[in-house]
Amino acid sequence: MAETHSLQDMRQQAAITAKVFIQRDYSSGTMCQFQTKFPSELENRIDKQQFEETVRALNNMYAEAEKLGSQSYIEGCLACLTAYTVFLCMETHYEKVLKKIAKYIQEQNDKIYAPRGLLLTDPIERGLRVVSYNFVSIQTEQIEHFSVLFFLIRAHSR
Amino acid sequence: MSAVMITRKVRKWEKLPGKNTFCCDGRVMMARQKGVFYLTLFLITGTCALFFAFECPYLAVHLCPAIPVFAVLLFLFVMAMLLRTSFSDPGVLPRALPEEATFIEMEIEAANGNVPAGQRPPPRIRNVQINNQIVKLKYCYTCKIFRPPRASHCSICDNCVDRFDHHCPWVGNCVGKRNYRYFYLFTLSLSLLTIYIFTFDIVHVVMRSMNGGFLNTLKETPGTYPLKLSVLVCFFTLWSVVGLTGFHTYLISLNQTTNEDIKGSWSGKNRGQNPYSHKNIIKNCCEVLCGPTYPSVLDRRGLLQEDTLISSISVTMFIVLSLQKTTAPLIPNEHTPDDAKPSIAASAEKNASPKEEHPAATKVPPLASPETDAETSIAKERAH
Repeated sequence: MAETHSLQDMRQQAAITAKVFIQRDYSSGTMCQFQTKFPSELENRIDKQQFEETVRALNNMYAEAEKLGSQSYIEGCLACLTAYTVFLCMETHYEKVLKKIAKYIQEQNDKIYAPRGLLLTDPIERGLRVVSYNFVSIQTEQIEHFSVLFFLIRAHSR
Repeated sequence: MSAVMITRKVRKWEKLPGKNTFCCDGRVMMARQKGVFYLTLFLITGTCALFFAFECPYLAVHLCPAIPVFAVLLFLFVMAMLLRTSFSDPGVLPRALPEEATFIEMEIEAANGNVPAGQRPPPRIRNVQINNQIVKLKYCYTCKIFRPPRASHCSICDNCVDRFDHHCPWVGNCVGKRNYRYFYLFTLSLSLLTIYIFTFDIVHVVMRSMNGGFLNTLKETPGTYPLKLSVLVCFFTLWSVVGLTGFHTYLISLNQTTNEDIKGSWSGKNRGQNPYSHKNIIKNCCEVLCGPTYPSVLDRRGLLQEDTLISSISVTMFIVLSLQKTTAPLIPNEHTPDDAKPSIAASAEKNASPKEEHPAATKVPPLASPETDAETSIAKERAH
């Protein structure tokens, strides 16, 4: 049906309305870490411990990606000797960890946040600046609103 | 009532703000002014071509065949590092999306409180403590973000770059977090290549002059023109490139950027307070040169979702126009249902008569705003 097709598009647009941004924590330098302070807007949705656990897990994964250890040194030296052409066939350690993070966020969304009407976005989509929680809740109301409008239009144009 | 979906594959790099040029469908990213970069390429390839064509045959025969082989490897390494520096993303920070920008503005206003009218609001600065050192984060009005520590906005490329070092015209790109090590290796290997070519040019001259005297060797024409040119170019580039390599080696050992050095952030009275330094030269060098390779956070080759946007806008416009009883021309791609057509034709006929009296009133632009629609409906009511 033509109306439902357009309604689906609007559902996509109307779905995400409010967002909460969790900023970076620079207290230990320029490493990618996020603040674990619990934002007040999420008080009714999830408990503090759950939130802190998620952010701490993300912080640990980013710390692992940026760790200056023997593995990163070996990778760096090997890449330098091959004039960095080795990265054409091999993934960097950081990219591997980023894939792990994306999987973890997907898992958290499916298990914990989606049932409570929240959506956690991957910080890589925001330039590793913020972690955002999107409130996905006003869906059904918007659809009803638009369907009422459509009926009004059809009635008026007759 | 359906909206026609216009699907067009648009990659994100086509819509990125900032003054960069992109090639190879978003894989290559450079600054707009590339003239000096072409000069760099010409100088390096030209000098090496002269060396390989005129010096190497003599040196390979009279000294050692490994000399040209090593020169070729060094030349390839220099070119690889140059192209890697020039073509990669230096660490550009994407601009804030509208929701994020609004969120930050709200936070700033909450922090500032009530500013009396006529007074300038305080500068947008956030203080963070890094390793017991207070660092000020400045707000970027172009990118609408608080810049992370060590990031700076490049006015030539119009982007905020993470760990901004400087904008290098020779390389045709900014030098930042992601490509600093390639830039350093480029200057280092170029210094080695220049010294290598210069040394063997001198050796060549010495060996020839052993046969026929120094001045005679120099007078020989035209065979020595490439040699003279090569020596001249190498002599002048030697001082600048070796000097630059030395300067960057000093910066790396202190874990500082050129930007911080120029501004004097961690020198003078602030000496020894650099919070990013590990206070150990070797550790600093290892972090900059052998640290993890950061990924690009600028998604250049991702696909933009354009089709959904077009259909929802056209449906919304249709609703607005229908409700305001205007005879505005429908958008060309809008498919008009059959029952709505006669009503629109009827209303068009009605408005044809007062058209002579109020030509301006009935002329409604396709993207009608509620204000213009209200005006036209009021004008029509007055006409009737």
